[in-house]
Amino acid sequence: MKHAAYALTPNRGERMLRHAVVLYIWALVALPLVALLRFGLREGLVALAEALRSPVALSAIWLTLWTSTLVALINMLLGTATAWALVRYRLPGKTLLAALIDLPLAIPTLVTGLMIAVLYGPLSAAGRMFEAHGIQIVFAQPGIVLALLFVTLPFVIRAVEPVLMEIDKSEEEAAKILGASAIRVFRTVFLPSIAPAVLSSGIRSLGRALGEFGAIVIVAGNIPFRTLTAPVYVFGEIESGTPRTAAAVSLLLLTIALGLHAAAHAIERRIGARDA
Amino acid sequence: MLEHAHSRAAVAPTTIPASALHADARTAAWEGIARAAISGVVLLYLATVLVAPLVALASELTRVGLRAALNALLQPNALFALRMSLVLAAIAVTVNAVLGTLGALVIVRHRFIGRAWLSALADLPLAISPVMIGLSFLLLLGREGWLTPLFDHFGIKIMFAFPGLLIATLFVALPYTLREIVYVLEEIGTSEEEAAATLGASPWQIFWRVTLPNIRFGLAYGVLMTLSRSLGEFGAVLVLGGSISGQTQTATTFIHDAIEERQSAGAYGMAAVLAFTSVALLLTLSWAKRRRQAS
Amino acid sequence: MHIKVEHLCKRFGDFAAVDDVSFEVSDGSLVALLGPSGSGKSTILRILAGLESADSGQVWFDGEPATDLHARVRGVGFVFQHYALFRHLTVAQNIGFGLDVRRVEKSAVRKRVKELLALTGLSGLEQRYPSQLSGGQRQRVALARALAPEPKVLLLDEPFGAVDAKVREELRQWLRRLHDEVGVTSIFVTHDQEEAFSVSDRVLLVNHGRIEQNGTPMEILDDPATEFVARFVGEVNVFPATVRDDRAQSGALNVRIKGSAPSGLAHLVIRSYDLKLWREDPGVATVQRMVTFGDRVRVQALVDGAGPIIAHFPRRSSLLRGVEPGCRVQVEVTTARAYPAEASSLHPIAAT
Repeated sequence: MKHAAYALTPNRGERMLRHAVVLYIWALVALPLVALLRFGLREGLVALAEALRSPVALSAIWLTLWTSTLVALINMLLGTATAWALVRYRLPGKTLLAALIDLPLAIPTLVTGLMIAVLYGPLSAAGRMFEAHGIQIVFAQPGIVLALLFVTLPFVIRAVEPVLMEIDKSEEEAAKILGASAIRVFRTVFLPSIAPAVLSSGIRSLGRALGEFGAIVIVAGNIPFRTLTAPVYVFGEIESGTPRTAAAVSLLLLTIALGLHAAAHAIERRIGARDA
Repeated sequence: MLEHAHSRAAVAPTTIPASALHADARTAAWEGIARAAISGVVLLYLATVLVAPLVALASELTRVGLRAALNALLQPNALFALRMSLVLAAIAVTVNAVLGTLGALVIVRHRFIGRAWLSALADLPLAISPVMIGLSFLLLLGREGWLTPLFDHFGIKIMFAFPGLLIATLFVALPYTLREIVYVLEEIGTSEEEAAATLGASPWQIFWRVTLPNIRFGLAYGVLMTLSRSLGEFGAVLVLGGSISGQTQTATTFIHDAIEERQSAGAYGMAAVLAFTSVALLLTLSWAKRRRQAS
Repeated sequence: MHIKVEHLCKRFGDFAAVDDVSFEVSDGSLVALLGPSGSGKSTILRILAGLESADSGQVWFDGEPATDLHARVRGVGFVFQHYALFRHLTVAQNIGFGLDVRRVEKSAVRKRVKELLALTGLSGLEQRYPSQLSGGQRQRVALARALAPEPKVLLLDEPFGAVDAKVREELRQWLRRLHDEVGVTSIFVTHDQEEAFSVSDRVLLVNHGRIEQNGTPMEILDDPATEFVARFVGEVNVFPATVRDDRAQSGALNVRIKGSAPSGLAHLVIRSYDLKLWREDPGVATVQRMVTFGDRVRVQALVDGAGPIIAHFPRRSSLLRGVEPGCRVQVEVTTARAYPAEASSLHPIAAT
């Protein structure tokens, strides 16, 4: 740990400011979470588990978990491929594509949902085409996956890109001159370097997908047991004035999300430590 | 590419036997196929997931008609929602610019107990679903909330009112400026500030003349991120504000209600406004990023 | 300004960066703090500037206690290792910074900046930004910036560490001339002994947070106070030896030692240029290798019962006649010193 220089040691005024800032952040972030925790655990863990027993809640949690995991896996695979292609290949319209990658971070998630609903809805050409083959996208599970894919698109790509750019060209050439096959080169030269970044950004996209609400609420149709995800279920429970089940589901998802957040953070810190 | 071929040619005569050269040609052919396959998959993926939805919104907007969309947007409740979003974003940007800068300075430059906790806490809003943020505040400030008696005493209505919207927006936008400046401060180090101190500058002068100019692009970047995030917030604002038309409706909840009420002109119009704004912000962001890297 | 430091201590966790350091620097002199990296020399400098606080000990400037003075009011000019120029300000604004923050009148600032630009040979570059300058130019801007408020002391942390060898030599001579011209008391930190000896009036040799020796360059070269100093300055040979009276015995070597050393086990330290050898059978050593560097020859021989020894000669030295790898030689030591054996291990510290 680097020591702050004595000359820059905060004086009294600066320390007062610090207390104010610390108080603000604790009040804004920690207080509500404590309220949620207290409310959820008010009647004990047994009651909390009981609240999770509702079949609708269970199916919503399950739907959220599997769609998010699927999305994270697709991201890790295709996100890495995209980063690879953007860094190493010449693609048509590459500059435009590279700029568009960040768009999901900027565009409101509700607008994302609307766009996907429009694209694959029953009135659109694409929607009718899929429907003719018996595939329903909007108001069905594929719609949820597509919405989540859009929202989490930049995560893996933006994490892997800089790592790929930094890999020493001579390492790859050395491996090739030694007669390594392309797959072998990828496995020995590239994979070890990008694996931590792929993993941590995959985890981050999983965490993000677990909590997504705006993009899904329009696309999914929110049919219990089929397309009702956990965040939408929580919203419904709040609306109908049953915060107890809402709090129970929230606490479960929140615990998972914080665990994922911590795991991604730990991996990123290890990457940082290695670079330093 | 050229360099690549060159190095291979230079080495081949001495170290690579003839059989390996055939293998090399085969590898090159496979690489060509892999390149084409990966490029194809990636382009298809980006087209389906990213580009097609954007195009769909644009074409739908033209189908509904720009004039109809514009008319819907000029209705009083639409204008109100838009203004509400802008006001919320403006406040969030201002508060975050100040507190984000101070918070980042505190986290990077100060040494105190609980510093790591503060840093983790400031990151937390990124990991929590907006609906659950809404629920948490509801439990804190809602009908049976902890702090409700306090605010009732002063006659301040938070839920389903402007303060509720504001708190939700401040919460979700908190990390954006702060994290950006933490990153920049760590990059820059303290030696310029130390130099200023030995030259006789007061802490106040050091901040305005050295620290702030050094973090200005990070700050600009953070402000744009905050702006974009605040304008786009939906879940938490919906839960805490209730989306009451003409009172607590924001641009995003307006779209939600318009869809529910099948008023597609209003929904697409507002969505297009937000989408256009975010594209504009994105372009400015990438400019700010380039400037930051350059400086 | 006269500087006095007494019993300075500074710990970082378990690590004693500065361990009971005391010294004085007389008004107008140019002093080098010389030592290996991690020896604590930069920390001493930073404590003098008020950038770091001492755990204990006192600092006096001209007899006035300065230990608790804030960096801002010490009147110390500090030149940072990597310059720490304000990247968003021009050269002129950088130099004028220390005057601006003291609310000196604009015209006076302009005048002083102009003077310093001339003094440091930077005229014409005043509107450039630091990123548009070469390493040597940045170094001079940093110096000009530190000198602008007319500090009573100038402190320089590895001032030439970040420029290439040729520029470094120029800057050294320039710093010496500048010091003679301006006359401000200056202390600089370096790990390069050549730099310390060629520029400074006095050298303080620092190791493990302690001052090993405080003397003029000549004193340190001729009379190293400790084994560390002897090993740090110049290339030396070290042998385990037994001392009796004024002689030390190591294998076939038996030499008179300079100064005094307690009888018993000791480390015998011989500079590579403080010895002669010539071809003689049976002699005391066998030549192993000979390497020529320009006008010098480096001879490595194995002394019977003592170990390898290295000697330097002018290339055309008559002593070298007939000397070749494998032959036997006689060794005569002109100057040798012995230090108590527990001081440190037998591995050379700085091979130059």
